[in-house]
Amino acid sequence: MSTATIVKLPPQETARLPKRSYLNNEYGLMSWLLTGDHKRIAILYLISITFFFFIGGAMAGLIRLELLTPQSDLMAADTYNKVFSMHGIIMVFLFLVPSVPATIGNFVLPIMVGAKDLAFPKINLLSWYLYIFAGCFTLAALVLGGVDTGWTFTTPLSTHYLNTHVITAGIGVFIAGFSSIFTGLNFIVTVHRMRAPGMTWFRLPLFVWSHYAASILMVLGTPVLAITLVLVILERAIGIGVFDPTKGGDPLLFQHLFWFYSHPAVYIMILPGMGVISEVISTFSRKRVFGYTAVAFSSVAIAVFGFFVWAHHMFIMGVSNYSALVFSLLTMLVAVPSAIKIFNWAATLYKGSITFETPMLYAFGFMGLFTIGGLTGVFLGSLGMDIHLTETYFIVAHFHFVMVGGMLMAYLAGIHFWWPKMTGRMYPEALSKLAALVTFIGFNLTFFPQFVLGYLGMPRRYAAYPPEFQVLNVLSTAGATVLGIGYLLPMLYMTWSLKYGKIAGSNPWQATGLEWQIQSPPLTENFVETPIVDHEAYDYEWLAHKTQHEVQTVG
Amino acid sequence: MDSQAIATQPAHGQEEHGHPPYLRHHFATVEQQRETASFGMWLFLLTEIMFFGGMFTAYMIYRNWYYPAFVAGSHQLKIWAGTMNTAVLICSSFTMAMGVHAAEIRKRSALLRWLTLTILLGTVFLGIKAYEWHDEWVHHHVPGLNFSISDFTHVDPHYLADKPLPPDMAEKTQVYFSLYFAMTGMHALHMIIGVSILLILLVKAWGGAYTTGHMTTIENFGLYWHFVDIVWIFLFPLLYLISRHQ
Amino acid sequence: MHFISPVLWQFLVNWLTHFALFPPEASGIAPDTDALYFFLVLISVVGLGVVALLVVLFSVLYRQERNPEATQIEGSTLLEATWTIIPLALFMVTFVWGALLYFRIYNPPTNAMNIYIVGKQWMWKAEHPGGQHEIDALHVPINRPVQLTMISQDVFHSFSIPAFRVKREVIPGRYSTVWFEATKTGTYHLFCTQYCGTLHSQMIGEVVAMTPEDYERWTAGSTSGSSLAQNGERLFASLGCASCHSGNADAHGPNLAQAYGSKLQMANGSFVTVDDAFLRDTILNPTMHQVAGYAPIMPTYQGQISEEGLIDIVEYIKNLNSNYRVQQTLNTSQVQTTAPAAPSAGQGMVKQ
Repeated sequence: MSTATIVKLPPQETARLPKRSYLNNEYGLMSWLLTGDHKRIAILYLISITFFFFIGGAMAGLIRLELLTPQSDLMAADTYNKVFSMHGIIMVFLFLVPSVPATIGNFVLPIMVGAKDLAFPKINLLSWYLYIFAGCFTLAALVLGGVDTGWTFTTPLSTHYLNTHVITAGIGVFIAGFSSIFTGLNFIVTVHRMRAPGMTWFRLPLFVWSHYAASILMVLGTPVLAITLVLVILERAIGIGVFDPTKGGDPLLFQHLFWFYSHPAVYIMILPGMGVISEVISTFSRKRVFGYTAVAFSSVAIAVFGFFVWAHHMFIMGVSNYSALVFSLLTMLVAVPSAIKIFNWAATLYKGSITFETPMLYAFGFMGLFTIGGLTGVFLGSLGMDIHLTETYFIVAHFHFVMVGGMLMAYLAGIHFWWPKMTGRMYPEALSKLAALVTFIGFNLTFFPQFVLGYLGMPRRYAAYPPEFQVLNVLSTAGATVLGIGYLLPMLYMTWSLKYGKIAGSNPWQATGLEWQIQSPPLTENFVETPIVDHEAYDYEWLAHKTQHEVQTVG
Repeated sequence: MDSQAIATQPAHGQEEHGHPPYLRHHFATVEQQRETASFGMWLFLLTEIMFFGGMFTAYMIYRNWYYPAFVAGSHQLKIWAGTMNTAVLICSSFTMAMGVHAAEIRKRSALLRWLTLTILLGTVFLGIKAYEWHDEWVHHHVPGLNFSISDFTHVDPHYLADKPLPPDMAEKTQVYFSLYFAMTGMHALHMIIGVSILLILLVKAWGGAYTTGHMTTIENFGLYWHFVDIVWIFLFPLLYLISRHQ
Repeated sequence: MHFISPVLWQFLVNWLTHFALFPPEASGIAPDTDALYFFLVLISVVGLGVVALLVVLFSVLYRQERNPEATQIEGSTLLEATWTIIPLALFMVTFVWGALLYFRIYNPPTNAMNIYIVGKQWMWKAEHPGGQHEIDALHVPINRPVQLTMISQDVFHSFSIPAFRVKREVIPGRYSTVWFEATKTGTYHLFCTQYCGTLHSQMIGEVVAMTPEDYERWTAGSTSGSSLAQNGERLFASLGCASCHSGNADAHGPNLAQAYGSKLQMANGSFVTVDDAFLRDTILNPTMHQVAGYAPIMPTYQGQISEEGLIDIVEYIKNLNSNYRVQQTLNTSQVQTTAPAAPSAGQGMVKQ
């Protein structure tokens, strides 16, 4: 790894954090709990999401511990079922869906478009409270004895054959859904109505485009999940028979309704991460993103196509051959925009001036792991291949590659990238690079063996398995240990950096976005004067000119 | 070192005291604030369409599969109640629209009057609905809790043209009623929320909040109220008017 | 190998010998599935390789020390087109190949022998037509197409035989089918792959593929005494089916002899092929399947008959060639002294 860097910090002996910022604008717990400031809300989300991430991660640890041995010997079968259900519910609804949008998106999106805040600050705060409320319900389900439906709440198992806290968990997910809907609504309206003068759509950073696309999915898809959960809860509570075959209902209807949201949900999860990658790769190659228009439109294409592929989760469930064909074809089509992005990002590196700071390392990790994850999605979209691979560990590996290898790496890239902006301080570079490396290695060791396990036929959600699968499972658990360390390290050094990190200044990365032209941490109102935008996104020539100009006037 | 904004626009501070008190500071103009709030409400209503859409989808599928059961179930509903409710809601949309107009022309007493009428009409709707639900409970048409198919396997004196259903099709009426309660229940929930908000708006309007030129809240709530009305306009024929042409 | 710890070496040897990356290829379709997998792995390796190569190459060539000044490039429509069309083409090939494979796996040949599978929490019941019943096991002959007709008694399950590369969801309320032709004798894993509750991981079993001779011997030795059709015949009589489906000219219900596989005209004018699903659903929801020319008086048997019972009756009707025995079970007063009415003689069934 080269020692070259683009980081330009103010001289540390004299550097101070700005006297006035959003952090010290007001004091007291109530000023945080009743804030309308999108930046403070982002910090609130950051803390709560991290909390739930570690609970979900603990569940993952338990899963991998159980799977060290072929027998179901660490915990009771029911307990294991509750553990993986909790892992899924928490990680999907309380971590991945809000991760980038609610923390990074909330923080930087208004600044990126040149606004003082999101369109509806109070709704933003409401979103956070709904999230907390949802988290409470989910924790309640956990503490009261758990729920063991899997994160997919499949009927008729969830409605008639379990006596665990399905309704509590269902309500938690329902509320989390509305938190997500309000965030998405806020973003869409903000991007439409709050852009600064001169900030046309095609001057927006690609981060904004990807959040816009994800917000469309949030706003249109999540309500369907909400109503599906309502029907499941009603069926469980009073026995209406909408999904019950003995009463004339159809359990497959639940699958259609559930996956109608849950497929777009995965694009809700990944698109914001892709936005982060665009920003990071551009900054650390000192270059505009190659094919800006293609990348922008590919985000929208993913969102649109993403609504039409849900039944690829149901290929073997008795959908007609005709609909299987249609959904497989559309699945192949939805894979193409993601490929376009990967190639555009790679092309951005061409003739760039590349440095390898931590966010860039995570971005590289993303590119490799998301490529694998995405390509294995093509495996699964292929009908005949899916028959053998579905419902096995191949699926588990596939979605962990895209969600963890892809999305979580992008989230960490984003957190590291915007940390100086959010806190005014730099994290320790050497340690963060180590953590990135450890995470990458741990991740591959954990999840690559699972592809092999899947092809061998090991089913998912199994606590016990045939002994010949043990070696691979042990490898996977070993990797999980390493991965856990990789995730724990940032917790430690980021917290350390709050007090002891180097002062970052307004633009340590010398990046082009509007957020880097204001102080770190920003003022509550973001801008002293409303910016007027007259340059493209990622305009490094403009940045160079501006920096020169500054040097001249300040002298 | 900390560069400020790129701006060349005059600082907002100079106009600071020239704007109305209801202009939120993250908006540049009142116009922007109004348009943004309106956009937000329309988008929210779009999510509501998707929300109800799931149930409409389920309804369409099951009505296609179990049509005779849906006919029999629908004939059990009291059409006078449904019709009256439809009229009540349409009137309440009218009173709501008049209330928005009153806010526009800044007539506080008119606004209060129209809001009160809307609340009354909304409450009448809920009352009739409650009566219907009670009636269905009495007749054992509540799925899961006390459902009985005997009404469907015997001749209905009110619908002599209807043949009694065979037991297996009669069982499917439970699906019809499941959807009936889910859909009207969800609609009623939205009505209750609407009436509650209306009460708050009424109190605020009493204090003069919406007749000083800033009536965005009333306007946008009006959108919500009309939406809830439109959902009912769809629910009424789908649930009450199946094969009633006799 | 003295410099490698013996434990580690043993681990490695164990790993290498016991380790196969694929399950055994034990069915006719398995090599085809594996071929598609190889193709997909290949394009993935190539794709990943291209991306990795580009990233590494550009990182080395254009790192800051070597290239301090970045060149701003807007894009290239040609490149965009290239890396849109090539992946799209590869994905289309994948789509077509996968679709063909899918249709082969889910469309059984007409000469397939049928075995019924009933899944319930948390065991698999296999019912051979000859009356052999198995729990958590399935004996099949090699080199013969076997079709599984499956249904769940409770929740969603999924019947998976990795060695055969086949899997299908087992659904409550309707039949699902899958077929395979075993090609290698041996014992293979059977898994339930759809999460179904507490003992989901224990809902496993063995598929035993045997030579035809061994299979004959097994069927002879494991029969329960009466075949499924014989059980069905008994149920047919005891549930009163025979009284309407007697095969007489004036019977209340359609003649069922040789009805299986025929096309039936429904009361609403449409035509339906009589298959397992149709038979099962008619028994449970007769009002949804009113046959043209008959009064809709068939009662429902929902709640009165188990999935196994339904399978027995379906199997019975499948093999019903004449109504002679049906008539034998009826009251003597209802027995015709003349020869039984020829099947399909103007009784509202259209055969094709």
